[in-house]
Order: sequence, then C-alpha cells, then structure tokens
Amino acid sequence: MLPPVIGVLFDGIAYGMLLFLLSVGLSVTLGLMNFVNLAHCAFAMLGGYVTVVLMNSLHWPFFATLPAAFAAAALASVVVERILFRRLYRASDLDQVLLTIGIAFISVAVAAWFFGTTQQPIDMPAYMRGSFNFLGLNIAVYRLFLVGVGIAVLLALIAAVDKTRFGAQVRAAVDNQRMARGLGIDVDRTFAITFALGSGLAGLGGALAIEIFGLDPNFAFTYLVYVLIIVSVGGLGSIFGSFAAACLIGISDIAVKYYVPELGAFLIYLVMVVVLMWRPAGLFGRR
Amino acid sequence: MAVTGTQVSPQTYLRSLSRWHPIEIIFWLSTLLPFWLFPTYLSLASQISVAALFALSLDLILGYAGIVSLGHAAFFGIGAYSAGLFSKFVWGEPFSGLIVGAAAAALLGFASSFIIARFRHLTLIMITLGLGLLLAEAANSASWLTGGSDGLQGVAIWPLFGIFKFDIYGTTSYAYSLAVLFVIFLMARRLIHSSFGLALRGIRENFVRMPAIGAPSREHIRKIYTIAAAMAGIAGAVIAQTTQTVSLETLDFQRSADVLVMLVLGGAGRLYGGLVGAAIFLIARDQLSGIAPQFWYFWIGILLVAVVMFLPNGILGGLSALLARWRTR
Amino acid sequence: MTPDVFTSKDAIALATHGLTKSFGQLVVARDIELSLPVGARYALIGPNGAGKTTLINLMTGMLAPNAGRIFLGDEDITTLEPQNRVRRGLARTFQINTLFAGLNPLEAVTLAVCERRGIAAKFWQNIAVHKEAIEEAYSILVKLKLGDCAYQPTRELPYGRQRLLEIALALATRPKVLLLDEPAAGVPQEESGDIFEVVAGLSDDLTLLFIEHDMHVVFRFATHIIVLVGGAIFTQGTPAEIAADPGVREVYLGTRKHD
Repeated sequence: MLPPVIGVLFDGIAYGMLLFLLSVGLSVTLGLMNFVNLAHCAFAMLGGYVTVVLMNSLHWPFFATLPAAFAAAALASVVVERILFRRLYRASDLDQVLLTIGIAFISVAVAAWFFGTTQQPIDMPAYMRGSFNFLGLNIAVYRLFLVGVGIAVLLALIAAVDKTRFGAQVRAAVDNQRMARGLGIDVDRTFAITFALGSGLAGLGGALAIEIFGLDPNFAFTYLVYVLIIVSVGGLGSIFGSFAAACLIGISDIAVKYYVPELGAFLIYLVMVVVLMWRPAGLFGRR
Repeated sequence: MAVTGTQVSPQTYLRSLSRWHPIEIIFWLSTLLPFWLFPTYLSLASQISVAALFALSLDLILGYAGIVSLGHAAFFGIGAYSAGLFSKFVWGEPFSGLIVGAAAAALLGFASSFIIARFRHLTLIMITLGLGLLLAEAANSASWLTGGSDGLQGVAIWPLFGIFKFDIYGTTSYAYSLAVLFVIFLMARRLIHSSFGLALRGIRENFVRMPAIGAPSREHIRKIYTIAAAMAGIAGAVIAQTTQTVSLETLDFQRSADVLVMLVLGGAGRLYGGLVGAAIFLIARDQLSGIAPQFWYFWIGILLVAVVMFLPNGILGGLSALLARWRTR
Repeated sequence: MTPDVFTSKDAIALATHGLTKSFGQLVVARDIELSLPVGARYALIGPNGAGKTTLINLMTGMLAPNAGRIFLGDEDITTLEPQNRVRRGLARTFQINTLFAGLNPLEAVTLAVCERRGIAAKFWQNIAVHKEAIEEAYSILVKLKLGDCAYQPTRELPYGRQRLLEIALALATRPKVLLLDEPAAGVPQEESGDIFEVVAGLSDDLTLLFIEHDMHVVFRFATHIIVLVGGAIFTQGTPAEIAADPGVREVYLGTRKHD
C-alpha cells in the first residue's frame, strides 16, 4: 500500500509533464536567440483549438489530432517568425515583450471571436478516461499517458540534441552565437527550425492539456506565467532544466493545492524569486 | 527647448533644456477643459489623472533608468490599500492619506530595490513579475485585512478641506487628482533636469559605461526605484480616496501590464508620454468597452504590434520625428 | 629581454602580480606580472586574441581574476568594484565606442565630472546650478577640440570625434592611471593626428598604458613595450630592444601597420 503522498507526487509529475511540453520550446528559443516570446502559449492554444475542431466537427479520433495540433502550431509559428519576429532579434527586451504580448492579445481576441469564451469540451476515448488501482492508489489513465508522453519527448529531444548534427548546431549556437556563425553554421535557419519545433511541442501540449486544464481563449495568458517561471527557474536553453523545473513546479503546485490550499500560488512565485536571486541564469542555465 | 550654437555658454545651454515649452503650458491648460466641456465625464477624467500619475512613475524607472517592470502595480496597490485602511481605522483626511500611501509604497519600493538593482534583462523582468504576483497572492489571502475579492469595505474619506465632498459627480475628484498629478509632475520634471536625472539617462543610454566613469549605478537605481514607488503609491491612494473603494485589481498583473502599455503608447522617456498614453488608452477603452471586451483586446494587440514596428518611441516620439522632418523641409 | 630595473625613487602607479584568468579550459591571462611606474608611457602589443583587452578588463574590475593581485599605488584593489577603482584614479577607454548615444558631449562629460564630485545623486536642483562642474567639463571638451560640437548628440558625431569623447570621459574622472584601448582604432588617417596630439599632451604625472597595433604610433609614444601572446607576457623592454628581438618579429609577424 503506497501512502497518498505518492499519489500527490504522481499527479504533480503528470501536471509537470504537461508544463514541460508547454515550456521546453520557449526555453530553447530563449537560450538560442534571447528572443522573449510571450506569444508562446498562443501557439499552444492554437494546437488545442485544432484538436477541438478536428474532433468535434470532423470526428477525428483523439490520437490522430495530436500530430495535426503539432503541425498547425509549427506552421503558424513559421509564418509569424518570418513576417514579424525575425525583425526583432536585435531589438530591446521591452520591444520583444510588447510585440509578443500584442500577438497574444490578438490571438485571444480571434479565438474568442471564432469559438466564444466558454470552455471547449472534447470526448476522450473511453479507455483514456477512468483510472485503475495500483498498490492502493487511484491512477488516472490519462495522467499516466501524459507521463509517458513527457518522458518520451524528453528522451527524443535529448537524443536529437546530443546525437544529431542539427542538435550539435543548436548546442553550438546556444553556447556562443557569434562563434557558431563564424564556423559557418546558419544560425538563423537553425533558429527558425528550433522555433517551429518548440511551438509545435507547445501546440501538442495545448491539445493534451484540454483534458486537464480545459480550453478557453484565455489559455494564452493563464499558463504563460507558469511557463515563464519554469523557463526562468530551469535555465534558458536547457532541455533538462525545463524538465526538472516543470516537475518541481508541477509537484509544488499540486502538493500545495492538496495540503495547504490557502497558500495558493504564493509558494511557486516565492520559489521563482528565490531561485532567480540565487542563480540568475536559472538552475541549469548557462549565462 | 534647447538653444544650440556655441555662442551660448554651457551653463546657459543646460539651463535652457529645462525651460517650459509653450506646448506644455497649452497641455496643462487643456486639462482644465473637462470641467466645462465634459462635465459628465469627470470621473473618467479623474481616472485618467490617476493612471497618468501611475504611468509617470513607471516612466521614471523605465523611460529614464531603463528598468522594465512587470510588477509596478504592487506599489499602486499598496498605496491604495494603505490609504484606504488609514481612512478606515485612523483618520479620513485626504492629504494625510496621500502621505501614508506614499510612505507605505516607498518602504516596499526601498526594500525591493535591493533585489531589483542587482539584476538585468529577462531575470529582472521575471523578478519584478514574481514580486508583483507574490504581493497580489498575499493580498488575496489576507482577506481579513484587505477584504479579499470583495474589496476593502469601510473606506471613509472626509471632504477635502472639510468642504468639498468626493461625490459621484466627480468634480472634487477630478480637481483633487489633477492637482496631485500636477504637483508630482512638477517634482518629477525637476528631478529629470537635475544631475540625478542625467545620471539616470546615463544608465539607460549605456549601462556599461557608468561604472567606467565612477558611477554607483546600483545606488542610483535603488534611489529612483524608491521614488517611483512612492509616486505610484500616491496614485493608488488617490484612486482609493476618489472612488472610496479598494479592490484586488489595484495590484494585479493586468494593471501592471496596462500601465506599461499606456507608457509605451505615449512614448517612454519623455515625461509626457505616460500622460498622453493614459488619456488615449482610457478614453479608447471607455468608448470601445461597450462593444465586446474581445474587441478591445484585439485592438490593443494590433496597437502594440504597430507601436513596436512603426512607432518605437510611442506617439510622442512619432510626433517629434514628424516635427523634426517638417522643420528641415 | 632586459628586466626592468626601477630605482627606489620610482613609485609604482599600477602593478599586477600573478594575475590569472581562465574560462574553463581556455586560459586568457597567465600569471601576469607587470609594474607601471608613475608617469610611464607603456604600450601593450600582441597579436589578435592575445588577451590585451582582457587584461584591461581584469585591471579595471570588469572581469574577476581566478588568481593574482592588482595594486594601484600602495592599495590592493583586487576585490574593489569597477566604479570604486575609477574613484581611486584608474580609468580606461574602450576599444569599441562605449558612449552615451543620446546625450551630447557636454552632458556626458558633465555627468562624469558630477559623479566624481559626488553630486550626481542630487535630484532637487537643476543641473545648471553646478557651475564649476559644468565649466570643468567644458574645458575638458575644449582641450580635446570637442568644444564646437559640445551640444550635438553623440550619435551624430563623426567617428573620430567620438573616439576623442571616449578619452574625454576618462579624463573627466581625473585619473592617475589611464588605460587606453586602441584609442585610434578605426579612425581615418586625417583624424587620427588629433588623437595622438591629445595623448602626447597628457600630463607627465599621468601614467599611461595603451594598447596599439600601429607600430609607428607605438614607437612614437612609448618608452617601454610589453608584448602579450596567448595571455602571457612574452617579453618586454624598450622599443629598441623589442624592435631588435627576433622572437617578437616571429610571433608578431613583422611590424605590419594596421589600417
């Protein structure tokens, strides 16, 4: 018989996996190009709405919508990057913050226009709902699935970064952009691809989040704060950092909700401020 | 307006930089117009004055010292709650409420300035965000003190000078908030044209060069941050006093984001940018909010993108560039 | 290499002992020992990437060393923050213009003078009130031939004038030791004369260390040359000794003039 705290831990990790998917793209693109993209969660929201439309209007099965969510978000990010973001890589922090917040505002308004302001329900396949008993704990099938996806993505990303040439280029560019350019690495193309991948992952995260967080037009902002916290705490440009920070934040949040609900999000914010003061570049950050 | 040409002595030249421009006089005279032209809009005008003062306080740290803060509403809210609580438990006299609001915000600003001054770029933005969120959460939890989501009950402001009541018509409110704005503005203007103002501009123009000329940048930053916090606290106190209520909105992220938008819209680093931006933002919101709220978000989004891409120095910056080009024709 | 021998009369203005700095495996400063006597005119030369600017960054406190000590006169300044080293008389100029683009030369130099006089934090009085500081700033500008563009925003000044402003800012701090990082870098031939005139006109009490690539300039101004290679002092000596040194020629690939 496992004590209930393990259940809380498991729920926290599942929550963290979702946050990881939502955050890892932002962390890598921030580390790579120092581009503050506060519209990141808008791409996640797009992925969510793609899934909703495909499932509710076109009756696609849930799993089939996931690659579509990924692709839609990635494609949208390529378009936005080419038209707008590309011009601001050398702009000030403030300009980047304002531009990307503006994009996020626009996306919220557009989502509300097309889908209304209420939550979008989707019908999970039956085998995904429900839970089973494991050593006395109630494990939700969907959360287990999330943990699986999270770990799979983490391993795939680490393998891609460590073992592929593209991954090496990303690592070089994160480490020292000028040197990477000097070596002939097309940093802009590397960044465009990384940005697309990161946004795609966010889209995937958005689709997967419907069941846990729900989906409404405010999604672009509601989770942005948590994503920013994870990125700052984990360290810019660090995949493992995002993973660790996401688990940390996920577990803290669930644990607090379970044991000390009066604290609210206080602990999370405090953790962030303290970690940033101790390690301004994040726990696993480089700069 | 600056006097150029080397015939002028350096001292005279520097003195001339702080001369009052006729447009400034026109601006301040026109703030009196609502009393006659828009008598039904005086509460809105009062809100604009408060927001203008708040934006001015942000301009000092953002436009002049280059500190991007996503949590400035913390000081606004502290000022509001302090003034409200002061009137509820101690004394309802308005001017003393202002002092209490300023003092509370200055204290918080001073304490957090030690953290703020040590960091830059994204880390700083995140820390200001985090500190603001922390305070908002704390205020929410401390509902025994703040009234929580119901807002602070029992705010009781005495009539101004014992005669002028803060009523729904807004005449007293607007006169009061406008006067406070003007007085604080004069002080801010003085600061900008002092040697300290020059040091702040130095920090904004080239942070790396400052230590190389022997400047204690961190001390300067702590000082302006505290001053800006006090100003924001005064703005918060005014809103508490003129609306006789304080809610959690006064320190939430939305307010921090809104004031940033107002300042950037008007043009940071120009002293009047926050005032112009606040007016445009609030008037537009007042007119457009009748239609769906998403409408408002859409246009703010478009506006932000447009300002960043085409008007990097805000509306005032765009106007002055236009003026410069017109002059050289 | 002839070791420098100082008589006990010569006071040392700036000295480093065993100064070392590395970034992971990359060693950028290797056990640097140098001594600048008061009034010295020393040149620091070496191939690109030798660590010359890094050495200046270490001496001014922009980089923290891994080992070693730095002395300004008798005082150990190794742990002092950059602005405090400036207050004690150690100033530098930057190889790449690090100026206040939006301020004009008068404002910039006045700011430096105000900081030195400790009046920069006064926020109630108009800046025009500080008459002596302003006049001091203006006289520095005039001396550096920047008087006629004193009211123009820095970003509008021609490059050569900006380089002069670099020096003006440093001089405004009334340094005892001045580290010049390639003062004439990138300045067209017609304008570089002004810069060297200024350097030549600097007071004899002022101790000067300058990084320079142009060997004509080095031989014209320096009484002593330090050659830095790969983060370490390769050799040092009088200009005649350095010119005759085959090792230097080999490492430095001849005395090619930089343009």
